[in-house]
Amino acid sequence: MSLLRIDRLSISSASAAPDARPLVDELYLSLEAGARLGLIGESGSGKSLTSLAITGLLPSGLAGSGSITLNGVEVIGADERVLQPLRGPVASIVFQEPLTALDPLMRVGRQVAGPIRRHRGLRGGALDTAVRAALDEVALPDLDRMLRAYPHEISGGQRQRVAIAIALASRPALLIADEPTTALDVTVQAEVLALLNRLVAEREMALLFISHDLAVVSSMVDEVVVLSNGVAVERGPVARVLSAPEHEYTRRLVASARALDNALEAL
Amino acid sequence: MTAVTPSDATQHVSPRLKGRRRSRTLAIGIAFVGLIVAVALVSLVWLPYEPSDTSGGRLESPSWEHWIGTDKFGRDLLTQLMIGARIAITVGCGAVAVGATIGITIGLVAAFAKPWLDDTISATLDVLIAFPVLLLAMLIVAAQGASLGTAILAIGIALSAVVARLTRILASQVLRAQYVTAARTSGTRWFGIVGQHVLPNIWPTLGVNLALLFGAAVLAEASLSYLGLGAPPPNASWGRMLQEAQATFTTAPAGAIAPGIALVILVVGVNFIADGLRDLADPTRKRSR
Ligand SMILES: Nc1ncnc2c1ncn2[C@@H]1O[C@H](COP(=O)(O)OP(=O)(O)O)[C@@H](O)[C@H]1O
Ligand SMILES: [Mg+2]
Repeated sequence: MSLLRIDRLSISSASAAPDARPLVDELYLSLEAGARLGLIGESGSGKSLTSLAITGLLPSGLAGSGSITLNGVEVIGADERVLQPLRGPVASIVFQEPLTALDPLMRVGRQVAGPIRRHRGLRGGALDTAVRAALDEVALPDLDRMLRAYPHEISGGQRQRVAIAIALASRPALLIADEPTTALDVTVQAEVLALLNRLVAEREMALLFISHDLAVVSSMVDEVVVLSNGVAVERGPVARVLSAPEHEYTRRLVASARALDNALEAL
Repeated sequence: MTAVTPSDATQHVSPRLKGRRRSRTLAIGIAFVGLIVAVALVSLVWLPYEPSDTSGGRLESPSWEHWIGTDKFGRDLLTQLMIGARIAITVGCGAVAVGATIGITIGLVAAFAKPWLDDTISATLDVLIAFPVLLLAMLIVAAQGASLGTAILAIGIALSAVVARLTRILASQVLRAQYVTAARTSGTRWFGIVGQHVLPNIWPTLGVNLALLFGAAVLAEASLSYLGLGAPPPNASWGRMLQEAQATFTTAPAGAIAPGIALVILVVGVNFIADGLRDLADPTRKRSR
Protein backbone atom coordinates (compact mmCIF):
# COMPACT_ATOMS: atom_id res chain seq x y z
CA MET A 1 0.00 0.00 0.00
CA SER A 2 1.38 3.39 -0.99
CA LEU A 3 1.58 6.16 1.58
CA LEU A 4 0.07 8.58 -0.94
CA ARG A 5 -1.80 7.59 -4.04
CA ILE A 6 -3.44 10.13 -6.36
CA ASP A 7 -5.67 8.66 -9.03
CA ARG A 8 -7.25 10.79 -11.78
CA LEU A 9 -7.41 13.83 -9.53
CA SER A 10 -9.27 16.75 -11.10
CA ILE A 11 -9.94 20.01 -9.33
CA SER A 12 -12.41 22.50 -10.71
CA SER A 13 -14.13 25.63 -9.62
CA ALA A 14 -17.83 25.25 -8.80
CA SER A 15 -18.58 28.57 -10.48
CA ALA A 16 -16.66 27.86 -13.71
CA ALA A 17 -18.46 26.96 -16.95
CA PRO A 18 -19.08 23.19 -17.18
CA ASP A 19 -16.87 22.86 -20.28
CA ALA A 20 -14.01 24.91 -18.78
CA ARG A 21 -10.69 23.08 -18.31
CA PRO A 22 -10.22 21.93 -14.72
CA LEU A 23 -7.47 23.66 -12.68
CA VAL A 24 -5.92 20.23 -12.12
CA ASP A 25 -6.68 17.68 -14.81
CA GLU A 26 -6.53 13.90 -14.27
CA LEU A 27 -3.37 13.85 -12.20
CA TYR A 28 -1.80 10.54 -11.19
CA LEU A 29 0.99 10.06 -8.74
CA SER A 30 2.03 7.82 -5.91
CA LEU A 31 4.59 7.95 -3.18
CA GLU A 32 5.89 5.12 -1.01
CA ALA A 33 6.85 5.60 2.63
CA GLY A 34 10.26 7.28 2.79
CA ALA A 35 10.35 8.16 -0.94
CA ARG A 36 10.88 11.63 -2.42
CA LEU A 37 9.03 13.15 -5.35
CA GLY A 38 9.27 16.60 -6.91
CA LEU A 39 6.30 18.42 -8.41
CA ILE A 40 7.44 21.20 -10.72
CA GLY A 41 5.64 23.71 -12.89
CA GLU A 42 5.17 27.41 -13.39
CA SER A 43 3.18 29.58 -11.06
CA GLY A 44 -0.53 28.84 -11.48
CA SER A 45 -0.06 25.29 -12.75
CA GLY A 46 -2.02 23.78 -9.85
CA LYS A 47 0.77 22.68 -7.49
CA SER A 48 -0.61 24.32 -4.35
CA LEU A 49 -4.15 23.15 -5.06
CA THR A 50 -2.84 19.59 -5.34
CA SER A 51 -1.10 19.85 -1.97
CA LEU A 52 -4.22 21.28 -0.31
CA ALA A 53 -6.39 18.56 -1.87
CA ILE A 54 -4.15 15.90 -0.31
CA THR A 55 -5.09 17.13 3.19
CA GLY A 56 -8.73 17.70 2.21
CA LEU A 57 -8.42 21.48 2.56
CA LEU A 58 -9.33 22.84 -0.87
CA PRO A 59 -10.56 26.44 -0.66
CA SER A 60 -14.36 26.71 -0.59
CA GLY A 61 -15.73 26.99 -4.11
CA LEU A 62 -13.31 24.38 -5.44
CA ALA A 63 -14.14 20.69 -5.68
CA GLY A 64 -11.92 17.68 -6.27
CA SER A 65 -12.88 14.49 -8.08
CA GLY A 66 -11.09 11.21 -8.60
CA SER A 67 -9.28 9.62 -5.71
CA ILE A 68 -6.59 10.53 -3.19
CA THR A 69 -5.65 7.97 -0.56
CA LEU A 70 -3.39 8.64 2.41
CA ASN A 71 -2.32 5.45 4.16
CA GLY A 72 -5.18 3.75 2.31
CA VAL A 73 -7.83 6.22 3.55
CA GLU A 74 -9.87 8.01 0.87
CA VAL A 75 -9.61 11.81 1.20
CA ILE A 76 -11.87 13.06 -1.61
CA GLY A 77 -15.37 13.61 -0.28
CA ALA A 78 -14.35 12.40 3.18
CA ASP A 79 -15.87 13.68 6.40
CA GLU A 80 -13.91 15.97 8.77
CA ARG A 81 -13.89 13.11 11.28
CA VAL A 82 -12.01 10.93 8.79
CA LEU A 83 -9.64 13.70 7.70
CA GLN A 84 -8.78 14.97 11.18
CA PRO A 85 -6.55 12.02 12.20
CA LEU A 86 -4.69 12.21 8.87
CA ARG A 87 -3.72 15.87 9.24
CA GLY A 88 -0.47 16.00 11.13
CA PRO A 89 0.58 12.41 11.79
CA VAL A 90 0.14 11.24 8.19
CA ALA A 91 0.62 14.40 6.11
CA SER A 92 1.81 17.87 7.03
CA ILE A 93 2.44 20.95 4.85
CA VAL A 94 5.12 23.65 4.90
CA PHE A 95 3.79 26.64 3.00
CA GLN A 96 5.49 29.09 0.68
CA GLU A 97 5.05 32.28 2.64
CA PRO A 98 5.88 31.78 6.34
CA LEU A 99 4.68 35.25 7.32
CA THR A 100 1.09 34.46 6.34
CA ALA A 101 1.26 30.82 7.43
CA LEU A 102 1.92 31.80 11.06
CA ASP A 103 -0.67 33.46 13.26
CA PRO A 104 0.49 37.09 13.61
CA LEU A 105 -0.89 37.44 17.14
CA MET A 106 0.41 34.22 18.67
CA ARG A 107 3.86 33.84 20.17
CA VAL A 108 6.13 31.37 18.38
CA GLY A 109 6.40 29.12 21.44
CA ARG A 110 2.63 28.64 21.64
CA GLN A 111 2.31 27.99 17.91
CA VAL A 112 4.85 25.18 18.14
CA ALA A 113 3.36 23.86 21.38
CA GLY A 114 -0.12 23.38 19.84
CA PRO A 115 0.60 20.39 17.58
CA ILE A 116 3.05 18.85 20.06
CA ARG A 117 0.37 18.87 22.76
CA ARG A 118 -2.24 17.50 20.37
CA HIS A 119 -0.25 14.76 18.76
CA ARG A 120 2.11 13.69 21.52
CA GLY A 121 -0.16 14.44 24.48
CA LEU A 122 2.55 16.33 26.39
CA ARG A 123 1.71 18.86 29.12
CA GLY A 124 3.49 21.24 31.48
CA GLY A 125 7.24 20.89 31.84
CA ALA A 126 7.50 18.00 29.38
CA LEU A 127 5.73 20.16 26.77
CA ASP A 128 8.11 23.09 27.39
CA THR A 129 11.09 20.79 26.95
CA ALA A 130 9.65 19.31 23.74
CA VAL A 131 8.96 22.80 22.30
CA ARG A 132 12.56 23.82 22.99
CA ALA A 133 13.82 20.61 21.43
CA ALA A 134 11.64 21.18 18.35
CA LEU A 135 12.99 24.72 17.86
CA ASP A 136 16.51 23.53 18.53
CA GLU A 137 16.14 20.81 15.93
CA VAL A 138 15.42 23.38 13.21
CA ALA A 139 18.58 25.22 14.29
CA LEU A 140 16.94 28.37 15.64
CA PRO A 141 19.28 30.54 17.72
CA ASP A 142 18.49 32.33 20.98
CA LEU A 143 15.62 30.04 22.04
CA ASP A 144 14.49 32.20 24.97
CA ARG A 145 13.81 35.10 22.64
CA MET A 146 12.30 32.88 19.91
CA LEU A 147 9.78 31.28 22.26
CA ARG A 148 8.39 34.65 23.25
CA ALA A 149 8.62 36.36 19.85
CA TYR A 150 5.71 37.19 17.57
CA PRO A 151 6.22 36.18 13.91
CA HIS A 152 6.84 39.78 12.79
CA GLU A 153 9.72 40.04 15.26
CA ILE A 154 11.90 37.37 13.62
CA SER A 155 13.50 37.06 10.17
CA GLY A 156 11.97 35.33 7.14
CA GLY A 157 14.34 32.39 7.37
CA GLN A 158 13.63 31.99 11.08
CA ARG A 159 9.90 32.09 10.41
CA GLN A 160 10.21 29.30 7.85
CA ARG A 161 12.21 27.25 10.39
CA VAL A 162 9.37 27.77 12.87
CA ALA A 163 6.86 26.64 10.22
CA ILE A 164 8.98 23.53 9.59
CA ALA A 165 9.12 22.82 13.33
CA ILE A 166 5.31 23.07 13.46
CA ALA A 167 4.89 20.76 10.46
CA LEU A 168 7.27 18.20 11.96
CA ALA A 169 5.85 18.41 15.49
CA SER A 170 3.18 15.82 14.70
CA ARG A 171 5.85 13.43 13.29
CA PRO A 172 4.27 13.15 9.82
CA ALA A 173 4.93 10.18 7.55
CA LEU A 174 4.66 12.53 4.55
CA LEU A 175 5.97 16.08 4.46
CA ILE A 176 4.59 18.29 1.71
CA ALA A 177 6.87 21.29 1.11
CA ASP A 178 5.07 23.80 -1.10
CA GLU A 179 7.81 26.10 -2.45
CA PRO A 180 9.31 26.34 1.04
CA THR A 181 12.20 28.59 -0.02
CA THR A 182 10.64 30.75 -2.73
CA ALA A 183 10.00 33.64 -0.32
CA LEU A 184 13.56 33.57 1.09
CA ASP A 185 16.91 35.16 0.15
CA VAL A 186 19.26 32.91 -1.82
CA THR A 187 21.71 32.35 1.06
CA VAL A 188 18.90 31.58 3.50
CA GLN A 189 17.35 29.32 0.84
CA ALA A 190 20.37 27.05 0.82
CA GLU A 191 20.35 26.74 4.63
CA VAL A 192 16.66 25.91 4.79
CA LEU A 193 17.01 23.33 1.99
CA ALA A 194 19.92 21.70 3.80
CA LEU A 195 17.83 21.62 6.99
CA LEU A 196 14.87 20.00 5.20
CA ASN A 197 17.18 17.52 3.52
CA ARG A 198 18.69 16.49 6.86
CA LEU A 199 15.38 16.23 8.74
CA VAL A 200 13.64 14.25 6.01
CA ALA A 201 16.58 11.81 5.90
CA GLU A 202 16.88 11.50 9.69
CA ARG A 203 13.20 10.82 10.21
CA GLU A 204 12.83 8.71 7.09
CA MET A 205 9.84 10.77 6.01
CA ALA A 206 8.37 10.74 2.54
CA LEU A 207 8.73 14.12 0.81
CA LEU A 208 6.54 15.75 -1.81
CA PHE A 209 8.65 18.73 -2.81
CA ILE A 210 6.88 21.42 -4.82
CA SER A 211 8.78 24.12 -6.69
CA HIS A 212 9.04 26.09 -9.89
CA ASP A 213 12.83 26.13 -9.54
CA LEU A 214 14.57 23.22 -11.31
CA ALA A 215 17.89 23.71 -9.53
CA VAL A 216 16.21 23.56 -6.13
CA VAL A 217 14.14 20.51 -7.03
CA SER A 218 17.11 18.59 -8.38
CA SER A 219 18.96 19.07 -5.09
CA MET A 220 16.06 17.61 -3.09
CA VAL A 221 14.48 14.72 -5.00
CA ASP A 222 15.21 11.88 -7.39
CA GLU A 223 11.92 11.70 -9.30
CA VAL A 224 9.85 14.55 -10.71
CA VAL A 225 6.42 15.15 -12.19
CA VAL A 226 6.14 18.19 -14.46
CA LEU A 227 2.82 20.01 -14.21
CA SER A 228 1.64 22.45 -16.87
CA ASN A 229 -1.76 24.11 -16.60
CA GLY A 230 -2.95 21.35 -14.30
CA VAL A 231 -1.79 18.53 -16.59
CA ALA A 232 1.15 16.23 -15.80
CA VAL A 233 3.10 16.49 -19.06
CA GLU A 234 6.22 14.57 -18.12
CA ARG A 235 7.65 12.43 -15.35
CA GLY A 236 10.81 10.51 -14.59
CA PRO A 237 14.17 10.58 -12.81
CA VAL A 238 15.21 14.17 -12.23
CA ALA A 239 18.58 13.79 -14.02
CA ARG A 240 16.93 12.42 -17.15
CA VAL A 241 14.15 15.03 -17.21
CA LEU A 242 16.69 17.86 -16.91
CA SER A 243 19.23 16.52 -19.39
CA ALA A 244 16.81 15.14 -21.99
CA PRO A 245 13.38 16.70 -21.54
CA GLU A 246 10.77 15.04 -23.77
CA HIS A 247 7.90 17.46 -23.57
CA GLU A 248 7.96 20.90 -25.17
CA TYR A 249 6.95 22.58 -21.89
CA THR A 250 9.74 20.90 -19.92
CA ARG A 251 12.24 21.88 -22.60
CA ARG A 252 11.18 25.52 -22.21
CA LEU A 253 11.47 25.30 -18.41
CA VAL A 254 14.98 23.84 -18.70
CA ALA A 255 16.01 26.35 -21.38
CA SER A 256 14.89 29.34 -19.35
CA ALA A 257 16.66 28.00 -16.24
CA ARG A 258 19.86 27.62 -18.33
CA ALA A 259 19.48 31.11 -19.77
CA LEU A 260 19.20 32.50 -16.24
CA ASP A 261 22.27 30.53 -15.13
CA ASN A 262 24.31 31.80 -18.07
CA ALA A 263 23.21 35.36 -17.50
CA LEU A 264 24.29 35.08 -13.86
CA GLU A 265 27.66 33.61 -14.82
CA ALA A 266 28.27 36.38 -17.38
CA LEU A 267 27.96 39.00 -14.65
CA MET B 1 -19.40 59.10 7.76
CA THR B 2 -16.64 57.37 5.85
CA ALA B 3 -14.54 54.71 7.47
CA VAL B 4 -11.04 55.96 8.13
CA THR B 5 -8.41 53.43 9.08
CA PRO B 6 -5.88 54.62 11.64
CA SER B 7 -3.07 54.57 9.10
CA ASP B 8 -4.96 56.85 6.67
CA ALA B 9 -5.77 59.37 9.32
CA THR B 10 -2.30 59.61 10.79
CA GLN B 11 -0.07 59.16 7.78
CA HIS B 12 1.47 62.61 8.04
CA VAL B 13 2.15 62.27 11.77
CA SER B 14 5.38 60.66 12.94
CA PRO B 15 4.86 57.33 14.72
CA ARG B 16 6.23 58.64 18.01
CA LEU B 17 3.97 61.63 18.01
CA LYS B 18 1.06 59.40 17.11
CA GLY B 19 1.89 57.06 19.97
CA ARG B 20 2.14 59.90 22.46
CA ARG B 21 -1.11 61.42 21.29
CA ARG B 22 -2.84 58.03 21.58
CA SER B 23 -1.63 57.44 25.10
CA ARG B 24 -2.79 60.92 26.10
CA THR B 25 -6.24 60.15 24.69
CA LEU B 26 -6.24 56.92 26.65
CA ALA B 27 -5.22 58.72 29.87
CA ILE B 28 -7.99 61.32 29.52
CA GLY B 29 -10.51 58.57 28.76
CA ILE B 30 -9.47 56.58 31.81
CA ALA B 31 -9.68 59.71 33.99
CA PHE B 32 -13.21 60.51 32.75
CA VAL B 33 -14.54 56.97 33.09
CA GLY B 34 -12.65 56.52 36.37
CA LEU B 35 -14.41 59.58 37.80
CA ILE B 36 -17.87 58.22 36.98
CA VAL B 37 -16.96 54.72 38.21
CA ALA B 38 -15.62 56.21 41.46
CA VAL B 39 -18.85 58.16 41.98
CA ALA B 40 -20.88 55.01 41.27
CA LEU B 41 -18.84 53.02 43.79
CA VAL B 42 -19.13 55.72 46.46
CA SER B 43 -22.91 55.77 45.93
CA LEU B 44 -23.01 52.15 47.10
CA VAL B 45 -21.70 53.04 50.56
CA TRP B 46 -22.47 56.72 51.01
CA LEU B 47 -25.02 59.20 49.69
CA PRO B 48 -25.48 62.84 50.81
CA TYR B 49 -29.22 62.22 51.41
CA GLU B 50 -31.68 59.35 51.26
CA PRO B 51 -32.97 59.12 47.66
CA SER B 52 -36.55 59.64 48.87
CA ASP B 53 -35.68 62.48 51.28
CA THR B 54 -37.81 65.47 50.21
CA SER B 55 -36.76 67.74 53.10
CA GLY B 56 -35.01 70.29 50.89
CA GLY B 57 -36.82 73.27 49.43
CA ARG B 58 -38.22 72.86 45.92
CA LEU B 59 -35.95 73.69 42.98
CA GLU B 60 -33.24 75.14 45.18
CA SER B 61 -30.08 76.52 43.57
CA PRO B 62 -26.73 74.94 44.38
CA SER B 63 -25.73 75.56 48.01
CA TRP B 64 -23.53 74.06 50.73
CA GLU B 65 -26.42 71.75 51.77
CA HIS B 66 -27.29 70.70 48.21
CA TRP B 67 -24.19 71.02 45.97
CA ILE B 68 -26.13 71.03 42.71
CA GLY B 69 -29.51 71.99 44.13
CA THR B 70 -32.78 70.12 44.51
CA ASP B 71 -35.52 68.94 42.17
CA LYS B 72 -39.20 69.94 42.07
CA PHE B 73 -39.99 67.55 44.95
CA GLY B 74 -37.16 68.92 47.09
CA ARG B 75 -34.91 65.86 46.61
CA ASP B 76 -31.12 66.32 46.49
CA LEU B 77 -29.84 66.32 42.88
CA LEU B 78 -26.31 65.16 43.77
CA THR B 79 -27.80 62.06 45.39
CA GLN B 80 -29.74 61.31 42.21
CA LEU B 81 -26.74 62.01 40.02
CA MET B 82 -24.65 59.54 42.03
CA ILE B 83 -27.30 56.83 41.81
CA GLY B 84 -27.59 57.65 38.10
CA ALA B 85 -23.87 56.95 37.66
CA ARG B 86 -24.42 53.49 39.13
CA ILE B 87 -27.38 52.84 36.83
CA ALA B 88 -25.50 54.06 33.75
CA ILE B 89 -22.47 51.84 34.44
CA THR B 90 -24.63 48.83 35.33
CA VAL B 91 -26.73 49.12 32.19
CA GLY B 92 -23.69 49.86 30.02
CA CYS B 93 -21.74 46.82 31.27
CA GLY B 94 -24.79 44.55 31.37
CA ALA B 95 -25.99 45.49 27.88
CA VAL B 96 -22.52 45.10 26.36
CA ALA B 97 -22.12 41.71 28.10
CA VAL B 98 -25.50 40.53 26.76
CA GLY B 99 -24.84 42.00 23.30
CA ALA B 100 -21.34 40.53 23.10
CA THR B 101 -22.38 37.06 24.25
CA ILE B 102 -25.29 36.78 21.82
CA GLY B 103 -23.61 38.71 19.02
CA ILE B 104 -20.24 36.91 19.05
CA THR B 105 -21.97 33.51 19.16
CA ILE B 106 -24.26 34.30 16.22
CA GLY B 107 -21.42 35.93 14.28
CA LEU B 108 -19.14 32.91 14.72
CA VAL B 109 -21.92 30.50 13.73
CA ALA B 110 -22.54 32.54 10.57
CA ALA B 111 -18.82 32.66 9.72
CA PHE B 112 -18.50 28.89 10.03
CA ALA B 113 -21.88 28.04 8.48
CA LYS B 114 -22.65 26.74 5.01
CA PRO B 115 -23.30 29.62 2.57
CA TRP B 116 -27.11 29.35 2.68
CA LEU B 117 -27.24 29.61 6.49
CA ASP B 118 -24.65 32.41 6.48
CA ASP B 119 -26.75 34.35 3.95
CA THR B 120 -29.93 33.84 5.98
CA ILE B 121 -28.28 35.02 9.20
CA SER B 122 -26.69 38.02 7.46
CA ALA B 123 -29.95 39.13 5.86
CA THR B 124 -31.76 38.84 9.22
CA LEU B 125 -29.05 40.89 10.91
CA ASP B 126 -29.24 43.57 8.22
CA VAL B 127 -32.97 43.94 8.89
CA LEU B 128 -32.43 44.06 12.66
CA ILE B 129 -29.68 46.66 12.32
CA ALA B 130 -31.86 48.87 10.10
CA PHE B 131 -34.38 48.80 12.96
CA PRO B 132 -33.62 51.71 15.36
CA VAL B 133 -32.04 50.46 18.61
CA LEU B 134 -34.46 52.53 20.64
CA LEU B 135 -37.54 51.19 18.86
CA LEU B 136 -36.35 47.63 19.33
CA ALA B 137 -35.69 48.32 23.00
CA MET B 138 -39.11 49.96 23.40
CA LEU B 139 -40.83 46.88 21.97
CA ILE B 140 -39.03 44.60 24.42
CA VAL B 141 -39.74 46.92 27.34
CA ALA B 142 -43.40 47.11 26.30
CA ALA B 143 -43.63 43.32 26.34
CA GLN B 144 -41.65 42.80 29.57
CA GLY B 145 -42.50 45.88 31.65
CA ALA B 146 -39.98 48.51 32.67
CA SER B 147 -37.22 47.40 35.03
CA LEU B 148 -33.45 47.62 35.21
CA GLY B 149 -33.12 44.03 33.97
CA THR B 150 -35.44 44.66 31.05
CA ALA B 151 -33.50 47.76 30.03
CA ILE B 152 -30.25 45.77 30.07
CA LEU B 153 -31.78 42.89 28.13
CA ALA B 154 -33.49 45.16 25.61
CA ILE B 155 -30.43 47.29 24.86
CA GLY B 156 -28.19 44.21 24.87
CA ILE B 157 -30.34 42.41 22.32
CA ALA B 158 -30.48 45.52 20.17
CA LEU B 159 -26.67 45.78 20.26
CA SER B 160 -26.17 42.07 19.57
CA ALA B 161 -27.12 42.45 15.91
CA VAL B 162 -24.32 44.98 15.39
CA VAL B 163 -21.84 42.77 17.25
CA ALA B 164 -22.94 39.70 15.27
CA ARG B 165 -22.47 41.38 11.92
CA LEU B 166 -19.04 42.73 12.84
CA THR B 167 -17.98 39.35 14.27
CA ARG B 168 -19.12 37.54 11.12
CA ILE B 169 -17.15 39.88 8.85
CA LEU B 170 -13.99 39.78 10.97
CA ALA B 171 -14.17 36.03 11.60
CA SER B 172 -14.66 35.09 7.96
CA GLN B 173 -11.66 37.24 7.08
CA VAL B 174 -9.57 35.30 9.60
CA LEU B 175 -10.94 31.97 8.37
CA ARG B 176 -9.68 32.76 4.87
CA ALA B 177 -6.19 33.53 6.17
CA GLN B 178 -3.47 31.05 5.36
CA TYR B 179 -2.50 30.57 9.00
CA VAL B 180 -5.91 29.00 9.58
CA THR B 181 -5.35 26.57 6.69
CA ALA B 182 -1.88 25.91 8.10
CA ALA B 183 -3.32 25.29 11.57
CA ARG B 184 -5.85 22.89 10.08
CA THR B 185 -3.19 20.95 8.18
CA SER B 186 -1.45 20.39 11.49
CA GLY B 187 -4.68 18.97 12.90
CA THR B 188 -6.25 21.84 14.86
CA ARG B 189 -9.96 21.19 15.38
CA TRP B 190 -12.59 23.86 14.85
CA PHE B 191 -12.87 24.88 18.51
CA GLY B 192 -9.10 25.28 18.57
CA ILE B 193 -9.36 27.45 15.46
CA VAL B 194 -11.97 29.63 17.19
CA GLY B 195 -10.22 29.87 20.54
CA GLN B 196 -6.61 30.16 19.42
CA HIS B 197 -6.83 31.96 16.10
CA VAL B 198 -10.21 33.57 15.37
CA LEU B 199 -11.01 35.20 18.72
CA PRO B 200 -7.50 36.59 19.40
CA ASN B 201 -7.28 37.98 15.87
CA ILE B 202 -10.68 39.65 15.82
CA TRP B 203 -10.35 40.90 19.41
CA PRO B 204 -8.42 44.15 18.72
CA THR B 205 -11.16 45.43 16.41
CA LEU B 206 -14.03 43.81 18.28
CA GLY B 207 -12.87 45.11 21.68
CA VAL B 208 -12.66 48.68 20.43
CA ASN B 209 -16.14 48.40 18.98
CA LEU B 210 -17.54 46.94 22.20
CA ALA B 211 -16.15 49.96 24.06
CA LEU B 212 -17.87 52.24 21.54
CA LEU B 213 -21.10 50.26 22.00
CA PHE B 214 -20.84 50.78 25.77
CA GLY B 215 -21.24 54.49 25.05
CA ALA B 216 -24.20 53.77 22.78
CA ALA B 217 -25.77 51.60 25.50
CA VAL B 218 -25.44 54.37 28.11
CA LEU B 219 -27.13 56.83 25.74
CA ALA B 220 -29.86 54.31 24.90
CA GLU B 221 -30.57 53.82 28.61
CA ALA B 222 -30.80 57.58 29.09
CA SER B 223 -33.21 57.78 26.15
CA LEU B 224 -35.37 54.93 27.47
CA SER B 225 -35.51 56.55 30.90
CA TYR B 226 -36.26 59.92 29.34
CA LEU B 227 -39.25 58.28 27.66
CA GLY B 228 -40.30 56.72 30.96
CA LEU B 229 -39.33 53.21 29.79
CA GLY B 230 -36.22 52.80 31.92
CA ALA B 231 -35.71 51.49 35.41
CA PRO B 232 -38.48 52.74 37.75
CA PRO B 233 -37.73 54.77 40.97
CA PRO B 234 -35.78 54.67 43.24
CA ASN B 235 -33.35 53.96 40.37
CA ALA B 236 -32.73 57.62 39.56
CA SER B 237 -31.40 57.58 36.00
CA TRP B 238 -29.74 60.50 34.24
CA GLY B 239 -32.33 60.22 31.47
CA ARG B 240 -35.20 60.60 33.91
CA MET B 241 -33.46 63.49 35.67
CA LEU B 242 -33.23 65.25 32.30
CA GLN B 243 -36.88 64.62 31.62
CA GLU B 244 -38.01 65.83 35.08
CA ALA B 245 -35.89 68.99 34.85
CA GLN B 246 -37.04 69.82 31.34
CA ALA B 247 -40.15 71.83 32.26
CA THR B 248 -38.25 74.10 34.67
CA PHE B 249 -35.07 74.42 32.62
CA THR B 250 -35.17 78.22 32.39
CA THR B 251 -35.64 78.78 36.14
CA ALA B 252 -33.56 75.85 37.52
CA PRO B 253 -31.12 74.68 34.79
CA ALA B 254 -28.84 72.71 37.16
CA GLY B 255 -31.23 69.74 37.20
CA ALA B 256 -30.74 69.22 33.44
CA ILE B 257 -27.17 70.42 33.03
CA ALA B 258 -25.72 68.11 35.70
CA PRO B 259 -26.92 64.79 34.21
CA GLY B 260 -26.12 66.13 30.74
CA ILE B 261 -22.51 66.78 31.68
CA ALA B 262 -22.28 63.42 33.45
CA LEU B 263 -23.48 61.65 30.27
CA VAL B 264 -20.96 63.51 28.14
CA ILE B 265 -18.08 62.70 30.51
CA LEU B 266 -18.90 58.99 30.54
CA VAL B 267 -19.55 58.60 26.79
CA VAL B 268 -16.60 60.72 25.69
CA GLY B 269 -14.45 58.84 28.21
CA VAL B 270 -15.26 55.37 26.81
CA ASN B 271 -14.81 56.64 23.26
CA PHE B 272 -11.36 57.97 24.15
CA ILE B 273 -10.48 54.65 25.78
CA ALA B 274 -11.68 52.80 22.67
CA ASP B 275 -9.43 54.96 20.57
CA GLY B 276 -6.43 54.36 22.81
CA LEU B 277 -7.07 50.61 22.99
CA ARG B 278 -6.87 50.24 19.21
CA ASP B 279 -3.06 50.13 19.40
CA LEU B 280 -2.64 48.41 22.73
CA ALA B 281 -4.69 45.36 21.76
CA ASP B 282 -2.60 44.60 18.67
CA PRO B 283 1.04 43.57 19.21
CA THR B 284 1.85 43.80 15.49
CA ARG B 285 1.24 47.55 15.66
CA LYS B 286 3.42 48.14 18.70
CA ARG B 287 6.62 48.38 16.69
CA SER B 288 5.42 51.69 15.23
CA ARG B 289 5.11 53.21 18.67
N1 LIG C 1 -9.74 29.60 -4.36
C1 LIG C 1 -9.61 29.54 -5.70
N2 LIG C 1 -10.68 29.72 -6.50
C2 LIG C 1 -10.56 29.66 -7.84
N3 LIG C 1 -9.41 29.46 -8.48
C3 LIG C 1 -8.31 29.27 -7.75
C4 LIG C 1 -8.34 29.31 -6.32
N4 LIG C 1 -7.10 29.10 -5.86
C5 LIG C 1 -6.32 28.94 -6.95
N5 LIG C 1 -7.03 29.04 -8.09
C6 LIG C 1 -6.51 28.91 -9.47
O1 LIG C 1 -6.01 27.61 -9.64
C7 LIG C 1 -4.83 27.64 -10.42
C8 LIG C 1 -3.72 26.89 -9.74
O2 LIG C 1 -3.38 27.55 -8.54
P1 LIG C 1 -2.21 27.06 -7.59
O3 LIG C 1 -2.40 25.62 -7.28
O4 LIG C 1 -2.15 27.99 -6.44
O5 LIG C 1 -0.92 27.26 -8.51
P2 LIG C 1 0.61 27.07 -8.14
O6 LIG C 1 1.09 26.00 -9.09
O7 LIG C 1 1.28 28.36 -8.42
O8 LIG C 1 0.72 26.66 -6.71
C9 LIG C 1 -4.50 29.10 -10.68
O9 LIG C 1 -4.88 29.41 -12.00
C10 LIG C 1 -5.35 29.86 -9.70
O10 LIG C 1 -5.78 31.07 -10.26
MG1 LIG D 1 1.66 27.76 -5.17
